[in-house]
Amino acid sequence: MHEVQYKLVKCTINGRPVQTMVDVRASLTDMLRNDYRLTSVKKGCEVGECGACNVLIDGECFNSCIYLAVWAEGKNIRTLEGLLGPNGELSDIQQAFIDETAVQCGFCTPGFIMTAVEILETGKEYTRDELRKLLSGHLCRCTGYENIINAVENTMHKRLAAKK
Amino acid sequence: MYDIKALYEATSVKHAVELLQAHPEAKVLAGGSDVLVQMREGKLAGKELVSIYRLDALRGVSLDADGTIRIGSLTSFSHITQSPIIRQHLNVLGEAVDMVGGPQVRNIGTIGGNTCNGVTSADSGSTLVAYDAVMQVEGPEGVRLIPIAEWYVGAGRVSLRPGELQTAILVPLQKYQGYKGHYIKYAMRNAMDIATTGCSVNVKLSADKKTIEDVRMAYGVAGPVPMRAPAAEAFAKGKPALEETIQGFGEAALGDVNPRNSWRASREFRLHLAQELSKRALRETIRLSGGVV
Ligand code: FES
Ligand code: FES
Repeated sequence: MHEVQYKLVKCTINGRPVQTMVDVRASLTDMLRNDYRLTSVKKGCEVGECGACNVLIDGECFNSCIYLAVWAEGKNIRTLEGLLGPNGELSDIQQAFIDETAVQCGFCTPGFIMTAVEILETGKEYTRDELRKLLSGHLCRCTGYENIINAVENTMHKRLAAKK
Repeated sequence: MYDIKALYEATSVKHAVELLQAHPEAKVLAGGSDVLVQMREGKLAGKELVSIYRLDALRGVSLDADGTIRIGSLTSFSHITQSPIIRQHLNVLGEAVDMVGGPQVRNIGTIGGNTCNGVTSADSGSTLVAYDAVMQVEGPEGVRLIPIAEWYVGAGRVSLRPGELQTAILVPLQKYQGYKGHYIKYAMRNAMDIATTGCSVNVKLSADKKTIEDVRMAYGVAGPVPMRAPAAEAFAKGKPALEETIQGFGEAALGDVNPRNSWRASREFRLHLAQELSKRALRETIRLSGGVV
């Protein structure tokens, strides 16, 4: 019989140090969904094409479906769940997605928002074309993208104005 | 879950070489944007993997004392684009790898993986070929340096021996100093697409910016592996940096390429691209070098 290999993986998820035994064949999506119940991390294509499984690892965006769970050892991982305030309040970028009708079925939304978080946290101002390129690793079958770009652009301007 | 038979995680380059010798059937897993996807597709299903992803010593871009640019094989595309050394000396490579896939793919994909899978469409391949890069590999017999001209041996095949691992890509000073390069990727989509044809040109102009002292060009997807364009290069070398030379350069390039028919594009269309892209890229490099065309 084939012997299953397990490995202890310690990492920080949404600010909390955690550890669990994982099957070495698991993707990071598998670990986040099955072991930590972080179901904002979606299984879309599972081959790195659509961005539905996107999470932040040490501040950079990665498609967790093509990232081995064992590689998470020692990493700082953030998912959409980590954006909620202490009483479950939505963050500004989540609210902007609602206000701009950038959500329809919502399947692509968590992935898009985590890329938006990476973009917004640079504190830089981007043109619409630059935003398009930065968001181009995500597919959305519903919205036609315009409203998503509006949501990110508006939040960017609001945050930049608040800094001044 | 991936259909992985067994996963061996290397803790050093030496350890990786030992693992590859102990498990000759195993595939090297770097960033995984090819290997893990092929595993899902079934092509690599049930294989053993040697993961080198966590060997942080193989990450980063640095300058050797002799001016050689040293790119660790696990450096991600996005880190290459952001590297100050690349921006200053080899900007075209940063631009080329900024066209791979999409943002998340550029964070995971490595330049080592992009060159070791031996595919002709790799966006890094043509530029590295055009700059005469050198591949550093480590294996049971120690370190070997392989000129990129001897690296690609056939579609999907590179000159790695059993137990060997690519650890760095080097670009010597005399190959980049004074040169300006430009890469054009022709694809159907702006993101998440593979090049129909890629063309990378770099030139060195004379001090008065009027003569092409040296020019090098390489294509992706114009043949089974990324390849140089010796006829076009010979034509333009030493000629004035003028529109006439650019036209002749494009025509000469047709003698260098042998593209295939595929569902992505016909041979005829690729020949047209080879000619047109070479001209556009040369024009742009002359402009970047301060010439007037
Ligand atoms: S599910 Fe990961 S990119 Fe589609
Ligand atoms: S809202 Fe349905 S896929 Fe984007």
